[in-house]
Amino acid sequence: MRMPILRTDDVTKVYHTGAVDVHALRGIDLSLFEGEVVVLLGASGSGKSTLLNILGGLDRPSEGHVFFRKEDLTGLSDGALTEFRRDHVGFVFQFYNLVPSLTARENVALVTEIAENPMSPEEALERVGLSDRMSHFPAELSGGEQQRVAIARAIAKRPDILLCDEPTGALDSKTGITVLEALIEVNRSLGTTTALITHNAAIRRIAHRVIYMADGRISRIEENANRVAPSEVSW
Amino acid sequence: MRALDLKLLRDLRHIWAQSLAIALVLACGIMVMMLASGTQRSLNETRAVYYERHRFADVFSSLTRAPKQVLDEIARIDGVKRVEGRVVFTALLDLENMTEPASARVISLPASGGAILNVPLIRHGRLPEALQQDEVAISEPFAEANELRPGDTFRAILNGRKRELVVTGIVLSPEYIYTIGAGALMPDDRHFGLIWMRETAAAPVKDLEGAFNDLTLSLSRDANEAAVIDAVDRILAPYGGTGAYGRDRQVSNVFIEGELKQLGALATVQPPIFLVVSAFLVNMVLGRLVALDRAQIGLFKAVGYSTRTIALHYLKMTAGIGILGVLIGWGFGWWLGREMTEMYTEFFRFPWLLYRPGPGPLVISGILGMATVIIGALRAVRASVRLAPSVAMSPPAPPRFQRGWADSLGEMLSLRQTTMMIVRSIIRWPGRAAVTIFGVSGSVAVLVVSFFTFDAIDLIMQELFDETNRQDVTLTLSGNLNDSAVIDAGNLPGVLRAEGIYAIPIRLVNGTRTRLVTLQARAPGAALTQILDPEGHPITPSTAGVDLPEELARRLGVAPGDSLRLDLLSPPRETWQVPVASVFRQSLGQDAYLDRETLFHWLRQTPQVNMIHLAIDQNRLADLQAKVQETPAIAGFTLWEDVRAEFVDTLTESLVSMSLIFATLGMLITVGVIYNAARIQLAERAHELASLRVLGFRRSEVSYVLVVEQMVLTVFAIPLGWLAGYGFALLMAEGFSTDVVTIPVVVTQRTFALAALIVIGSALGAVLFVRRRLDRIDIVSALKQKE
Repeated sequence: MRMPILRTDDVTKVYHTGAVDVHALRGIDLSLFEGEVVVLLGASGSGKSTLLNILGGLDRPSEGHVFFRKEDLTGLSDGALTEFRRDHVGFVFQFYNLVPSLTARENVALVTEIAENPMSPEEALERVGLSDRMSHFPAELSGGEQQRVAIARAIAKRPDILLCDEPTGALDSKTGITVLEALIEVNRSLGTTTALITHNAAIRRIAHRVIYMADGRISRIEENANRVAPSEVSW
Repeated sequence: MRALDLKLLRDLRHIWAQSLAIALVLACGIMVMMLASGTQRSLNETRAVYYERHRFADVFSSLTRAPKQVLDEIARIDGVKRVEGRVVFTALLDLENMTEPASARVISLPASGGAILNVPLIRHGRLPEALQQDEVAISEPFAEANELRPGDTFRAILNGRKRELVVTGIVLSPEYIYTIGAGALMPDDRHFGLIWMRETAAAPVKDLEGAFNDLTLSLSRDANEAAVIDAVDRILAPYGGTGAYGRDRQVSNVFIEGELKQLGALATVQPPIFLVVSAFLVNMVLGRLVALDRAQIGLFKAVGYSTRTIALHYLKMTAGIGILGVLIGWGFGWWLGREMTEMYTEFFRFPWLLYRPGPGPLVISGILGMATVIIGALRAVRASVRLAPSVAMSPPAPPRFQRGWADSLGEMLSLRQTTMMIVRSIIRWPGRAAVTIFGVSGSVAVLVVSFFTFDAIDLIMQELFDETNRQDVTLTLSGNLNDSAVIDAGNLPGVLRAEGIYAIPIRLVNGTRTRLVTLQARAPGAALTQILDPEGHPITPSTAGVDLPEELARRLGVAPGDSLRLDLLSPPRETWQVPVASVFRQSLGQDAYLDRETLFHWLRQTPQVNMIHLAIDQNRLADLQAKVQETPAIAGFTLWEDVRAEFVDTLTESLVSMSLIFATLGMLITVGVIYNAARIQLAERAHELASLRVLGFRRSEVSYVLVVEQMVLTVFAIPLGWLAGYGFALLMAEGFSTDVVTIPVVVTQRTFALAALIVIGSALGAVLFVRRRLDRIDIVSALKQKE
């Protein structure tokens, strides 16, 4: 049987905002396996970002447990969660979150300097096809390029899991496809488990599995028998 | 309430901590201004009222002996209002339970009635009755120090005989607000007092019946003081007049003048630092606020608010900060000013305390305070006004970074990326970095100036007690004696070495500049007292001319080699033209020096002494004191150990509290500047720093970016602050130097180091305080905002 690298056990998340309790997640059981690409698909407010943040150790569940391999993340201290992110998780966000005062290479170096067994920033940037833009500051790069720097930064530490929150959300479809290509290429060559959130249904076709979310629950999980390359996707 | 005003209140509440930090820095400036000029004004008024009510004289002169008829002649001088001739002399006292000798200045009161001038203020009891030979009134400080009350008795040696005197009253005098004995450096109320007795009792002691040896007079409003002094000198010359002088040379008044001058210096040197720093802070914080409000400004303009209204909105916000600062400054300034005036009242022996800072300092400091913040706000307000609504509503362009020298430097030193973030941030916003550096260096400067006082005092004390005055005891003789007195002194119990000095009053004249000083004649071999050249090496008194202290030479406008006029103010009252032989270092006092033999050669007299310095065996001090008490030829006994202790006591009390206040103020600047800079930094970079946390950076590593940037700027600021501090020390030394004290400009490494350490500590404290907010940043929500 395949080993799940990340597993949730009846995870719920309730936000207490003023008088109302918002139930963002209502009992999620989910496993992510080594080397697979998973797309989490759902409308805004379906709870997919909350789930991704909990999986990546940015947030804690209100109830339930999250396991990384055999380790229960739920009881970890803030410091231990930081170490977990530092050693095992790469994040890619909709708005890139690059440090504006650092060049592309330096943004990647930011991570390689603190990682245990990183690839060189040059190699990471080459994998996303940005060898010739290394000395540019974020403000000098296009949106797609910035997102690819963010991907390079996320993968440079050779993470076990890559979590992407709407990585193409701010991009046009052509640019979005180049970003997806970079993600798939990394998954193929490094075997990094990749979870990708989107509300763009077209993107589901590049995944091994598609997890549909609605109203804080997983509504169904679909195995994708006919994966296609990002270049064949359009929206 | 109007919507815009509601926004104002909420914005102020939102930035309350930053506003408070600015207000506190501003308040420091206001406070120092209030404190110094309020105290100055209060002291001035108290003194003026005291002088007025108790008829403090305008002109003073001592002389050997003149018949009372001379007073009529003096009264006829144009401009003279009232004249009083008195008998004044020094007497040794024999106090119960006191082994060491004490002395008093005896001042005569008219045979009946009260004094004409310098009217004593009766605190307890009454003045001596007319014709009562043994009744005296004594000065309050002396009475307090020796626990004497009306009705008590004590013994004095008058005319070689011990006499029992009855205290009838305790008084204060405008002439002796600051009381200092002959040859003493500091007031010593236990061993030196003032005694008022009826003329009928005092005159016979000095064979002055029908005569006087001390003259005071007051002037009419339009009198020409210089002309009166000249006329008095002419009239008194045959009677041994030692030179009349005005209030500007009267010892007690000179000390108060000095203190007032120092307060003035305080009021002008320090506050500008605080005001300028707070202007910059307002600029920084408001600039940031306008940047944040960008979209709102666009919106206000779009819906039809006028540019004027919007500008006024931000000016009101600034005014809020300004009012807070001014109120805090006024409050503390008022309180501290009162405390300080009270301290002065006790130190100087004013009979009452008039704390009247008056509206002047309030108004001036208030206006300056408000002007400071408003000037500080102008740039930010102008930026808000200039924004076109359409531009304002779209987000600002992201900051542009460029590759430059810093990158090569970073690569060369292989700096970590977090370090590069710091370097680029400083280079990208040089103005902001400059404000921080400027503010912090101001803080260092304030601290350097505050601690500099200790350095100066240390140096003065070292010079005074270790280098120039190495005698244990100084005896002041009651008259001029020949050299055998020195041999006699050498034979007093416990005396190891005795050196005679001859000190006479002289007037030094160079063109229009004149100074009344004491000329000290010393033997070449004198080792107990020394004079030092500007480098600190001992010099032997010149045989070719006079040696002058630096400050006196400067005031007279002479240098070694120049010649100046010397008027002897005691017999034989000649005028000589003498060369200036050398200039030496002296912080306290303004005596001129000359070789003894040369002086007496010029005087065509056999050498005499009127002061003897002693080195003694401390174990036999009591024997010596006992012997001195019964030696009428000795009028004063100064134990240098006491002088030193008194000096330390008086100075440390006022200086330590003063320096503590200034050290606190200095720290406040750093805290205000760094706190604001760090808050702005944090606000602008919250997103970036949250990203670092997502990437797996530990809190300490993220804090590094925030903390180290501020600390780097702090460290950059320190040398600048040292330099500025040294400059301010120069100004302060100039402002604090009086006729009596020359403040040396010396700033020790200890002072520089201490200032730097305190500033680094305060900066670290402030930035770590802000750093706590990093822990509260919600990573997830910080990331959801678009940059």
